[in-house]
Amino acid sequence: MSLYASRRGANSAATTLCWVAAVFGLSWLALILGSLVYEGVRGLSPAVFTEMTPPPGSKGGLLNAIAGSLVMTIIGVAIGTPLGMLAGTYMAEYGRYSKLTMIVRFINDILLSAPSIVIGLFVYTVLVHPMGHFSGISGAVALALLVVPVVVRTTEDMLLLVPGSMREAASALGAPRAHVVAKVAYRAAKAGLITGVLLAVARVSGETAPLLFTALNNQFWSSDLTAPMASLPVVIFQFALSPYKDWQQLAWTGALLITVAVLALSIAARALSAGRRNSK
Amino acid sequence: MNAAAQIAQVKAPLTKVSMRNLDFFYGESRSLKDVTMPLYANKVTSFIGPSGCGKSTLLRVLNRMYDLYPGQRAEGEVLLDGENILDPAVDINALRSRIGMVFQKPTPFPMSIYENIAFGIRLYEKLPRADMDARVEGALRGAALWDEVKDKLQTSGLGLSGGQQQRLCIARSVAVQPEIILFDEPCSALDPISTAKVEELIDELASRYTIAIVTHNMQQAVRVSDYTAFMYLGELVEFGETDDVFNKPQAKRTLDYITGRFG
Repeated sequence: MSLYASRRGANSAATTLCWVAAVFGLSWLALILGSLVYEGVRGLSPAVFTEMTPPPGSKGGLLNAIAGSLVMTIIGVAIGTPLGMLAGTYMAEYGRYSKLTMIVRFINDILLSAPSIVIGLFVYTVLVHPMGHFSGISGAVALALLVVPVVVRTTEDMLLLVPGSMREAASALGAPRAHVVAKVAYRAAKAGLITGVLLAVARVSGETAPLLFTALNNQFWSSDLTAPMASLPVVIFQFALSPYKDWQQLAWTGALLITVAVLALSIAARALSAGRRNSK
Repeated sequence: MNAAAQIAQVKAPLTKVSMRNLDFFYGESRSLKDVTMPLYANKVTSFIGPSGCGKSTLLRVLNRMYDLYPGQRAEGEVLLDGENILDPAVDINALRSRIGMVFQKPTPFPMSIYENIAFGIRLYEKLPRADMDARVEGALRGAALWDEVKDKLQTSGLGLSGGQQQRLCIARSVAVQPEIILFDEPCSALDPISTAKVEELIDELASRYTIAIVTHNMQQAVRVSDYTAFMYLGELVEFGETDDVFNKPQAKRTLDYITGRFG
């Protein structure tokens, strides 16, 4: 009986500790989100979306930064997604048993966890330095380099989840390999593949370091990809560190915008993968 | 020529496939040993034997499904209408269009019922919509599935029951108009009623196709097949008309197996 009682005691002690740890961790998250929303919402106004980043001491918005972020993210994803998908497809469908796949997977995992500042420096060396100046396009390339490993990984993983029996069934009808991949495997893995791209977007949309070295920043509206380009993370970085109240407020608001966007993407990705599980 | 020989000749069916000294290797391990046997045209041949005896492997040689995987190879000859399909020069996709396969677990593609059937047809023919509709309907009727799905052709094939999915897969194979259909334990994942439907279907298909079926169910072999091959440890132990194999087996191992003394 005493053994049973001590087990009960140990059990409730462990449960309590788990709760304490969970509450401790989550409360910081809640605090961060809470202060972000509290500080950020105060600065929300139509001007944020219609006016450019202001000089210190005057009113303004984040339009050029939002646009720059959108442009560079879209181009980055547009470059990185096909590359990543093709590599992941090779690894899962064509070279599943080859040495090359093992090597690529290993390097990809390193790239996946490489500090983004290293990516920024790399692009600075190969693009910004030869061009002689910072530019939006080199920012987009830096983001693309961050997109590739995420997409490679999810593409390979999702295609590996497609049962081999489905490929066999398509092959047994006489479908050539490329047809089996494009019409059957991609289709079966569709939700997972989209999830991977969404996660990649979420990953790069908050990146600051690679953009500092590549796109830098721009006080003004610019749609010229060869010129420096503003982005939300870099503007937040610059404004938050400044002594000016207006800038600090805009930094809070920008941070809120990024957080909400990333949150929405993550929820969309989760909903998609949940839908995939249910349809099975 | 005496009367008995004449009768024998009339009875002798045409050979569609002829395996000669067929060996198969998974890497180093040899899982088919010197198999020599025919598949007769428009007949159902069943393959029985304990798990791991090589019967599924044999089926996968016939449409060269093993080619998808490295380290697997076949040696010997498999003549389809006289042409050796193990020849590396053979166009595998063309070969597979002549030899359909239905798997143990139903494998509908993640697309609509209609598209599941049209998928195979589109590989070989570009048909106007109306002709495609007719082909899809014909294939589904041929698989005794039309009445159950005609009002939901655009819904996902994954939404069907297991038995319906299996008949969808049969319809999909039939739709590309093969000459031979291979069934790899097609009923092992199905309930008795679905099993009965699939068996009926095999019976009907036998008039138009050459059929090979791997089964663990000896009653099923008796019910559906004209010829039976008993395999054990990669060897073909006995091949003959199904009645003969089950009623007066020549080999002791066959007798032991069909009477349940080992397995």
